[in-house]
Amino acid sequence: MSFYLAIVGTKDNAVYDLEFGTYRQGGDGRPKFSADMKQLCPFIVHSSLDIVEEMQWNTNVMHLKVIDKFYNYLISSYMTAGNIKFLLLHETRADDVIRQFFVDLYDLYVKTLMSPFYSVDQPITSAVFDQRVKMLAKKYL
Amino acid sequence: MARTPRQVGEEVWKTRVEKVNAELVTLTYGSVVAQLCKDFGNDYIQVNEQLDKMGYNIGIRLIEDFLARANTSRCRTFKDTAEIISKVGFKIFLNITPTVGNWSQDNKQFSLIFDENPLADFVELPDDGKAVNELWYSNILCGVLRGALEMVQTQVEAQFISDVLRGHETTEMRVTLIRILEDEMPVGDD
Repeated sequence: MSFYLAIVGTKDNAVYDLEFGTYRQGGDGRPKFSADMKQLCPFIVHSSLDIVEEMQWNTNVMHLKVIDKFYNYLISSYMTAGNIKFLLLHETRADDVIRQFFVDLYDLYVKTLMSPFYSVDQPITSAVFDQRVKMLAKKYL
Repeated sequence: MARTPRQVGEEVWKTRVEKVNAELVTLTYGSVVAQLCKDFGNDYIQVNEQLDKMGYNIGIRLIEDFLARANTSRCRTFKDTAEIISKVGFKIFLNITPTVGNWSQDNKQFSLIFDENPLADFVELPDDGKAVNELWYSNILCGVLRGALEMVQTQVEAQFISDVLRGHETTEMRVTLIRILEDEMPVGDD
């Protein structure tokens, strides 16, 4: 089972993305997208941005759950207080687990934001952040 | 009753100090450093100098506040000075007590080793390859020490020699006594 995570900024700009596979049931953490899918992942995820922006006004919680489908792939979304969108492309439904993953990711994001040298909408290039996201993925997904 | 510097520091911190939110201090100092970097076009050597100057201006004023609150007796040796700085000075203003260590042979140099630095919480230096080799993020503290000690007739040089933000093991500041200042006649006063 593979996942594609994208963090999109307030101006619909890309802030961070990561491909990873599941660690459950003996998975080794490497994504198993086919070559076509690999290219399509960012497209699919970004095409659901309109839906995210529409759905955010219907609910008062940050976790928007599954907002879009693409063949057999689902896209879940989490919208932070500062209008930053976390989007996850996945294959099976797992609302609770994904919600916990998003909440911890939000925590990591806020810590990144605390650095005076990082401004909102800037791409996140820190290796430490990358490592921590991977650890979170291992923990929840 | 003679009390150890540690006890004096604790007591003054508990009773005679007004507290402010630590995150406010961290974020304010962070925006000062970030703005300096932008203003000087990422010339980190200049930024270090400016932080030192700002610290100096703070230090020459801070010493009065410190002496009024702590009310300690005059330090007889440079070792006493070091103890008071770390156990009382830093305790009152930042609620940390850096360790004093690495005394040189002639007792004129020592190190302050910081195991926590509230000014640098959550900070990550920019990725441009220069900052991590040139910027001393907490350099304002060097200026503060230099300014404060100059007002009590002690000329020192203070600089950081390692910083966890740069990837080192510890954050360490080296303080060197240059000379004790004697009162001098103003120039042109015959």
